Amino acid sequence: MTRPTLAVWKFASCDGCQLSLLDCEEELLAVAGAVDIAMFPEASSSMRPGPYTLSLVEGSISTPEHLEQIRTIRAQSRYLVTIGACATSGGIQALRNFADAGEYAAAVYARPDYLSTLATSTPIAEQVSVDFELRGCPINKAQLVEVINAFVNGRRPAVASHSVCTECKRSGTVCVMVAHGTPCLGPVTHAGCGALCPRHDRGCYGCYGPKETPTASLAAPLQKLGMQGDKLVRFYRSFNAWAPEFREESRAHETP
Amino acid sequence: MASNGPKLLPAAQLDALFDALQRRGYAVVGPRLRDGAIVYDELKSMADLPIGWHDRQGPGRYRVEAGGDRALFGYTVGPQSWKKYLFPPHETLWRGQRGENGFAIEPPPPPPRRAFIGVRACELQAIAVQDRVFTGGAAVDSRYAARRKEIFTVAVNCGVAGATCFCVSMNSGPRASRGFDLALTELLDAQRHDLLVEAGSDAGAEVLAELDAPSAAQADHSQADALVAATAASMGRQLDTTEIRALLYGNAESPRWKAVAERCVSCGNCTSVCPTCFCSDVQDVTSLDGSTTERERTWASCFTQSFTHMAGGSARVSTSSRYRHWLTHKLAGWIDQFGTSGCVGCGRCITWCPPGIDLTEEIAALRADAEKP
Ligand code: SF4
Ligand code: SF4
Repeated sequence: MTRPTLAVWKFASCDGCQLSLLDCEEELLAVAGAVDIAMFPEASSSMRPGPYTLSLVEGSISTPEHLEQIRTIRAQSRYLVTIGACATSGGIQALRNFADAGEYAAAVYARPDYLSTLATSTPIAEQVSVDFELRGCPINKAQLVEVINAFVNGRRPAVASHSVCTECKRSGTVCVMVAHGTPCLGPVTHAGCGALCPRHDRGCYGCYGPKETPTASLAAPLQKLGMQGDKLVRFYRSFNAWAPEFREESRAHETP
Repeated sequence: MASNGPKLLPAAQLDALFDALQRRGYAVVGPRLRDGAIVYDELKSMADLPIGWHDRQGPGRYRVEAGGDRALFGYTVGPQSWKKYLFPPHETLWRGQRGENGFAIEPPPPPPRRAFIGVRACELQAIAVQDRVFTGGAAVDSRYAARRKEIFTVAVNCGVAGATCFCVSMNSGPRASRGFDLALTELLDAQRHDLLVEAGSDAGAEVLAELDAPSAAQADHSQADALVAATAASMGRQLDTTEIRALLYGNAESPRWKAVAERCVSCGNCTSVCPTCFCSDVQDVTSLDGSTTERERTWASCFTQSFTHMAGGSARVSTSSRYRHWLTHKLAGWIDQFGTSGCVGCGRCITWCPPGIDLTEEIAALRADAEKP
């Protein structure tokens, strides 16, 4: 039996998510045993043409070329899984979606006319159909291995979409919001990080994006802790600013 | 000095009890201050207790503060419950290893012997409720039963009530009346600091007989009774349970459910902190090469979408349906299912709910709405 082939792709992103794969250490050998890594420029200069069984796509759609590239990749992949906040929600670079991208470019670059970018940064799933979205900024490597395992073995990935609170409580972490008065996005954020920040006495920054159920009712307890207007807008506008639930929530608190 | 009638142990000598338990092979677990809250953890000696610490609770709010006294048990219940030991959040039920002929199953190691110290009356009731759920029916949860058998329970009668406590309404406290091996009442005033120690089982009587302490006098019992009565009289909250089943079953369409859903985030904290919530999820975690597998059980919550996921999606998509399900099951469904309320009045779900949703307030509002002409 030939082994399934794996390809890893990059769009607008920092590479942190694909590095999680190299970061798997012991598990990496198991991954290399289970799949034939045919395309992973970050790891090897040997790049073989498709089709591929599983494509992992990192990064957001940010340039006109991206629009073409993602279609080609989709056409060559049996399964396409997006990894990380950029690929699943547009990433931190989607902050430009709330502003004038041209103005940003002019402020940063001496010759903005050399740039060719889209006005927005958007998730992969807005362009092509995606078989699974793995959240996180960056993704959790154990979850990445689980996703590969699931697709190789033809089952659904066991990746929970409930709150970070669930991870806090399971790990015995004291609630930073209730016990310390620290504003925290944990109640509305998708689990996966293992409650990394609350375990280190910080509020959740929402790196894994919105959880499965509504976001709006967290505003009242956050406001009680002094998060009004702009503070609240910025709280929701970070790595997953363009995820629909966080986008709407941040807009709801904008001063007109 | 081998009497096993109630004794009076100077509070400073509580280590004698730790010693007696540790000699019997028990790891002592109990309240301990960590990260700004009183949690349950392993204790080496009484010095590990949150001595002199008190807690202040309210809906969505919890703070500890130093009280300037030497009280050993001057606080109420914190974010954790004994459930974390008896029904742990993660549990490997078994491991399987593929071999030449099929696969071998490796059962988990036997559970440790643990002595719980500082168990409140509401918590004894919560353990009794989980005993019924896990071991009271035809299908006994063998892992729970095995862990439960290894537990020695030292209860504490509450000397203070928290602002979110309502054990009196749920008939579960503040005095430990059954389900313990030993019960302590802390007698602390300007003149004295003692522990009244009473046995509630043969195992408890045996340990009590070993404690080198005088028998308690009538005056000690009177002081303990007065203390518990004062606690009962100062409950932070109350919940009227009159005809509670009819109230909940009859008001499934009340607008109140939508109103509470505006505030509920579906974070599931209420179910995690509740000492009786017992739902779990079971998953097989298989290695990439398929050579090993682990069957993992984890806490589940009725506030998640996966909880009711079936072909076609989740059955409870609205927040109001999830909150309604949780409260109706907790306060009414359990009575039909297990012959007991699922609520013991500990107040954890009120304190640890970030928006501070208060079930006693919800029930009162539901009742008020239902009684409107
Ligand atoms: S009632 Fe409170 S703790 Fe429970 S799910 Fe809703 S917001 Fe979370
Ligand atoms: S429902 Fe709330 S008050 Fe009742 S036992 Fe559970 S956590 Fe405690």
